Amino acid sequence: MSEFRDALRTAIALLVNLDGDLMAIVGLSLLVSLSAVLLAALVGLPLGAAVAACRFPGRQAVRVLLNALLGIPPVVIGLIVYLLLSRAGPLGALGLLFTPTAMIIAQWLLVTPIIAALTQQTVSDLHDEYAEQLRSLGVGSLRAIPTLLWEGRLSLLIAVMAGFGRAIAEVGAVIIVGGNINHVTRVMTTTIALETSKGNLALALALGMLLLLLALAVNAAALVARDVVNRLYG
Amino acid sequence: MAACDTEHQRTGDTTNILPLRVRDICFDVGGKRLIEHISFTVHAGPCLIILGPNGAGKSLLLRLCHGLLSPSEGTIEWAKADSSRARNQQAMVFQRPVLLRRSVAANAHFGLRLRRVPRRQRQAVVSEALRQGGLTHVANRAARVLSGGEQQRLALVRAWTLQPQVLFLDEPTAHLDPAATRAVETLLKRFHAAGTKLIMTTHDLGQARRLADEVIFLHRGRLLEHSPANSFFAQPHSAEAAAFLDGNLLW
Repeated sequence: MSEFRDALRTAIALLVNLDGDLMAIVGLSLLVSLSAVLLAALVGLPLGAAVAACRFPGRQAVRVLLNALLGIPPVVIGLIVYLLLSRAGPLGALGLLFTPTAMIIAQWLLVTPIIAALTQQTVSDLHDEYAEQLRSLGVGSLRAIPTLLWEGRLSLLIAVMAGFGRAIAEVGAVIIVGGNINHVTRVMTTTIALETSKGNLALALALGMLLLLLALAVNAAALVARDVVNRLYG
Repeated sequence: MAACDTEHQRTGDTTNILPLRVRDICFDVGGKRLIEHISFTVHAGPCLIILGPNGAGKSLLLRLCHGLLSPSEGTIEWAKADSSRARNQQAMVFQRPVLLRRSVAANAHFGLRLRRVPRRQRQAVVSEALRQGGLTHVANRAARVLSGGEQQRLALVRAWTLQPQVLFLDEPTAHLDPAATRAVETLLKRFHAAGTKLIMTTHDLGQARRLADEVIFLHRGRLLEHSPANSFFAQPHSAEAAAFLDGNLLW
């Protein structure tokens, strides 16, 4: 018990003193996950909206694929990206394996289906509500997508936050494609796994607390944004 | 309401899309015929009220004419305009107003923005439309927190900004109290006076008497009467219409 107390005290000291190594790890984690979520939003939001609002051949197949990808284990995505980026793989010449870019790609693949699936559900409900009015105004399915995305901005913000939560907490894929190299590809989750296995609980605990704080901050920000927009526009 | 043929200033295409010719249309859903061999012609001017009991097919007929649904049989043709050009000269207001999660002013701007009307021109049209609708004082408020009557007036204002030749109205006052109903009717009269053809469904006989210049009476998906309002209310030809006017239930 005292060992845990000591670790906790050291962890708090690391956080309060803004320890350089700790901050570097946190900075890289945020860079990788925010980049992945941004790219995933750029693809997932219009993709989910298109599946919800447009009728096209293969639409059901895309819906099934999106839902199936929701459940794919991160390590499998890590393995696929590893095979693609390894020297013998089709994209090996790019030399991206064990770089933050490889981690961004893996997290992007992981998060895009989440954002797309949640977007599809949100936009589908909105489409039921707005379809007749938009058609009456001469707006076709494709042109309706920006309007529907904007009308669903509150729920979609939550979808993007969910994607960020998934990305920042992910360990399996990034450890495979990043390699957990100190000062290069070491992020919060991979550091927690490594330091715990080494018995260095202080750093692992400090990062764990930071992850919890981040999750709280992100959710609080989403709730505040939602309340403000709700108050302004109903 | 007096017929009015005044052609008001349009924002774009000025092709006159009326008369509307509906020829022998049917509409089937799941093997059931909901609209049965209906034909009529709608000319510019008089306010047309589509009357009938619940389930008569009034809303369906309106959606078919507006192009939201396609008939299973028969044709619907606008004069001198293909369907996309005709669509730009029409607007529709639904029983429950469909408003965006934006401000009142942004909702009023929406239709014009879709038609890529320049901002400065939009601003003038929207200001005037909000003034006509008595909504200037709530222009910056969230649209979806307005009262039911204000929301329906905003839906009308949004339609007004498009200056349609034909405005379809699907029981626009069905959920409103008498005061809000009166406000909506006043706005509709202004629309009509400005030269817009009103085609409206209702099962409110009082409202039909106040607004109608001509009446189409539907029952079980069939058109039983199409006549001037005065003669329809004074001397309906069909037993069903007479029963409806007497307040008897029709099945």
